[in-house]
Amino acid sequence: MSNRRDFMGMALGGFTALGGIGALYAMKRTWDPLPSVKSAGFTTIDLKDYKENVLATEKWRGKPVFVLKQTKEMIEKAKKNGELKRLIKVNDDYYMVAVGLCTHLGCIPGYNPADESFLCACHGGMYDSTAMVTKAPPPRGLDIPPFKIDGTKLVLGETGPEYEKMLADGTTMKV
Amino acid sequence: MAHFDENAKPFSHQWLNERLAIDTLQRVLSTEYWIPKNINFLWAMGMVLAATFGILLISGIFLLMYYQPNTNLAFDSVNYTIMTEVGYGWLWRHIHGVGASVVFLIIYIHMFTGIYYGSYKRGRELIWISGMLLFVLFSAEAFSGYMLPWGQMSYWAGMVITNLFSGGSLHADGLVEWIRGDYVPAQAFLGRFFMLHVLLLPLVIIGAIVFHFGTLRIPHVNNQDGEEFDFDEAARLYKEGKKKESKVIPFNPVFLSKDVFVMGIYFIFFFYLVFYHFEFAMDPVNFDPADGLKTPAHIYPEWYFLWSYEILRPFSTNVGLIAFAIAQVIFFLLPFLDRSPNVAPASRRGKFKFWFWAMLIDMIVLTFMGKLPPEGAWSTIGLIAALVFFALWIALPIITKSEKKL
Repeated sequence: MSNRRDFMGMALGGFTALGGIGALYAMKRTWDPLPSVKSAGFTTIDLKDYKENVLATEKWRGKPVFVLKQTKEMIEKAKKNGELKRLIKVNDDYYMVAVGLCTHLGCIPGYNPADESFLCACHGGMYDSTAMVTKAPPPRGLDIPPFKIDGTKLVLGETGPEYEKMLADGTTMKV
Repeated sequence: MAHFDENAKPFSHQWLNERLAIDTLQRVLSTEYWIPKNINFLWAMGMVLAATFGILLISGIFLLMYYQPNTNLAFDSVNYTIMTEVGYGWLWRHIHGVGASVVFLIIYIHMFTGIYYGSYKRGRELIWISGMLLFVLFSAEAFSGYMLPWGQMSYWAGMVITNLFSGGSLHADGLVEWIRGDYVPAQAFLGRFFMLHVLLLPLVIIGAIVFHFGTLRIPHVNNQDGEEFDFDEAARLYKEGKKKESKVIPFNPVFLSKDVFVMGIYFIFFFYLVFYHFEFAMDPVNFDPADGLKTPAHIYPEWYFLWSYEILRPFSTNVGLIAFAIAQVIFFLLPFLDRSPNVAPASRRGKFKFWFWAMLIDMIVLTFMGKLPPEGAWSTIGLIAALVFFALWIALPIITKSEKKL
């Protein structure tokens, strides 16, 4: 008698647990980003359009992306600080392209062209012209979005060899 | 089978009694639910909270009829439709906004009353823990509701708070995107926080309120002296008509009449705010529609979250997150960190008296500093207050362990 009850209890419990796990999986998947959200994740920009030391803000996956064409002095400074690897080189020009969200908690830093630096008003973090962090609390420089160089055009959201190199040597985190 | 009188008129007292035991229910739940006599107006805060929750629910129902959970329509459905077109729509919105803010004021008073009188100790631990659970649920309810008008503060508070779940150096960006259902707060985010705010969280809150009441039943309500007495004996005296000698009063109508008096005063204050000072609960920045490409100059939470925000702020990302996480849960542990056997008001508990006032003042300082921009001296005071907060929690078991038994 007891064995039969145990068996029925375990059978009921087992099937209920199975159904429960299935339901949890369905719930998790329902909260996932939709395919339409995922597929809208590409933006193409033309680097010819930008002027030196004038910050442009593009939109990629709903996030602001900073594009800053570097002046000669900026390039010299970046070379000295070993941050040239943070820049994207197209022909002979260097561009800083980065997600414009503070790596601390995601506010948008403001650019001051006179100082050639960024300041985040939320918690006082600062970045230089290559978007490398110069003052805490941000733990790292602004993240560089996945990109693929196509002539003078840049496809944001696609992964090209230059971006893979940045990922591999730890210049940026995956975003 | 139970006995049913065939001659009982439908819906008469006898008819209902036979089917629902209404006399027993009334006795157990109100006329013979005993409350100590030795209490003051602070004991009314529970019913004040229950009434405020009721008002939030009713005003919310009316807002729900016109609110549109769509990123293109939400802002206008609140600021145009409800505020200018719907008859008395402004009233529901201002009641709801003021209520959401004031409910936290009363929660904090309710909490600190419990801490002062030791109402979390010796048999009352579950009252405290279920109350803290309600505090967390109300915080989630307030946050999800704050997203709905889809203004600048909604959007950026949503961005910053969901970013907390990346866990600093853990970089759980996938988790953040999963919570949002998008790379940034967008339609999927608004839709799910709308659901949480109007359905799931209120359901859980109602369940938790019932549980909170349930935890009170056996240990009974504490009193001003933390005195332990025989409730059965006191109840017997009361029922025998020796009301003067008895240490208890029934919940209904005696305790409730006192509650209603305190509620009367409270609602004068509440509706004064609703009609004349609703703006304190309406951040001007949130009257700009959400814009993912522009951060407001200062992002700060509503006043009731400022103390924990200020614990996050002065530290580097990882330390700040850990400090913030500890601050969110440490109050749950109060019944176990307080090692003293005494159930008594803080004023009679030696060093604990200073601990109580130091904690209260420290949280007020943290609240003020959280609102000020993180610059210069404010930054330093904020850091010191955050360190004092943790020092007090570390000191608590030590100073209560050495407390003399009263």
